[in-house]
Amino acid sequence: MGKILVCLKRAVDYNVRIRVKPDGSGVITDGVKMSVNPFDEIALEEALRIREKGETDEVVVVSIGTDACQQQLRTGLAMGADRAIQVRTEHSLEPLDVARILVRIVETEKPDLILLGKQAIDGDNNQTGQMLAALWGRPQATFVSELKLSGTTATAVREVDAGLETIEFDLPAVITSDLRLNEPRYVKMPDIMKAKRKPLATTDLEELDITPETRIKVVKTDSPPARQKGKMVADAAELVAELKQRDLA
Amino acid sequence: MGRILIIAEHDGNELNPSTARCVSCAAEFSGLDCDIAVLAKDGQRICEQAATLDGVSNVVRVDNDANEHALAAIHAPQIAKLAEKYSHLFGPSTTFGKDLMPRVAALLGVAQVSDIMSVISHYSFQRPIFAGNAIVTVETPAQDKVVATVRTASYQAAAGGGSATIELRVLDVELPSHTRYRSTSGSNGGGRPDLQSASVVISGGRGLGSEKNFALIYQLADRLGAAVGASRAAVDAGYIANDHQVGQTGQIISPDLYIAIGISGAIQHITGIKDASTIVAINKDADAPIFEIADIGLVGDLFTIIPELELLL
Ligand SMILES: Cc1cc2nc3c(=O)[nH]c(=O)nc-3n(C[C@H](O)[C@H](O)[C@H](O)COP(=O)(O)OP(=O)(O)OC[C@H]3O[C@@H](n4cnc5c(N)ncnc54)[C@H](O)[C@@H]3O)c2cc1C
Repeated sequence: MGKILVCLKRAVDYNVRIRVKPDGSGVITDGVKMSVNPFDEIALEEALRIREKGETDEVVVVSIGTDACQQQLRTGLAMGADRAIQVRTEHSLEPLDVARILVRIVETEKPDLILLGKQAIDGDNNQTGQMLAALWGRPQATFVSELKLSGTTATAVREVDAGLETIEFDLPAVITSDLRLNEPRYVKMPDIMKAKRKPLATTDLEELDITPETRIKVVKTDSPPARQKGKMVADAAELVAELKQRDLA
Repeated sequence: MGRILIIAEHDGNELNPSTARCVSCAAEFSGLDCDIAVLAKDGQRICEQAATLDGVSNVVRVDNDANEHALAAIHAPQIAKLAEKYSHLFGPSTTFGKDLMPRVAALLGVAQVSDIMSVISHYSFQRPIFAGNAIVTVETPAQDKVVATVRTASYQAAAGGGSATIELRVLDVELPSHTRYRSTSGSNGGGRPDLQSASVVISGGRGLGSEKNFALIYQLADRLGAAVGASRAAVDAGYIANDHQVGQTGQIISPDLYIAIGISGAIQHITGIKDASTIVAINKDADAPIFEIADIGLVGDLFTIIPELELLL
């Protein structure tokens, strides 16, 4: 069977301690380490494993953004993707526009499966996969921790608040990955060299005839109210006394 | 003037408390009436529960065999149809609402606001980004419908005592058959209170060391009538099921008392507990980051401290 598309977002590395700019105009991203959004990395790992099982022929990674996101696409290629597509734009896009762009890519690439992270750890929106599935009119399996393909259908286990939910759906479909889907492989040096020779095609956003809109205007960015460091107690007895004093035990 | 529609979360039998929290958020929109939509196979019982929530005008009952299980692909077109009469559509920021509401928004061709934590005006809200390390104030266009999820940890459940009318609606919408529910397996917390509504939550982390040792957390929880939570590391290691995970990718909770045992306090974990009134941390490492935010900290070995606490509590 054909092809899997995986979406990679360039995002602030999850180890970075985010700081809000003093003037409230955003968060400090200058000089900060950027990586592939961790959930997207898991999505890619899953696609690669499906290909290694012989259940798909090709894994294509897609990223939308400035040329800087080529770095994340190269990481994807080094992990094992076959080729990459960059949709070039200077705009910072909302999930609805990202979904619209992805629909265009889907129309030309015709994948059997699109895998992406359930959320990006910068905006924490958790929307793009669902919106893509809606616009495409196809099934969605969100927050997936287990995925099995069988011909023209697939089964997914979803991590939901009540536990684990299993659904079955027809392909093509949109899958968003949760953390326990797999553990992504480490990229090895020779793979990084090899990735440099893999194809990376760039399309300008304008060519796709999509005009991004700002629907959600960010007026201000604040630091969250800080929790203060509290009191240290010496032992269990003192802890219980403290809880009793606060009417908590 | 507008009107708010909240999409009820339920399991076919009981209304999930997340719905009552959305009602409290809706109450912050002065001048807007609030309705609740119940999509179910047979919504009678759920509708009766929803109708008692204080501040709700109307409960819209949509019965359909296809609504037996909450599948976003099946719910979304129905909600998009119901949306005609509304200016605001809300779901809880639970896995139910997160799965569903973006699909609704896309069908309506509008943006979605995720995780509303406070309401500034009918079209301006605050929400967390970067795992809660920054809070943005956003504005949405007044000509668009507002589709949003409500950060349930930011709101108390609305009180009962209301008496909304229940209105049966039959929707003429074509529903897809491409997505089929199979099953749900949950740990159900072994009869313990659930994470979202418990006033006390005790969580264990990697420090517990094994699934067997995790029983210490259950014992202490039972002593206090508490719900049991866990760090991602504890879930990944198989000490406890995924529905107990607290944090950025687990549940965001706001109990009166949170006790973290053998948890280091990674930012992704802290995100889930910031709204707790009191945080207690027990950890053998005095430099563990959890102590930076704990109201009461105790440095020591959990294997000696837990048995002591059991005797003292
Ligand atoms: C994208 C992303 C999302 C994530 N989402 C979440 C999430 O939702 N929730 C979450 O929790 N994590 C999440 N994580 C993982 C998070 O970064 C941490 O890895 C995790 O929280 C660590 O769990 P822990 O504190 O149990 O383990 P550790 O960090 O290993 O800490 C164990 C602690 O136990 C203490 N300890 C050990 N033995 C004892 C003893 N005998 N007595 C007392 N103390 C002891 C140690 O001192 C240590 O502080 C996420 C990570 C990523 C990248």
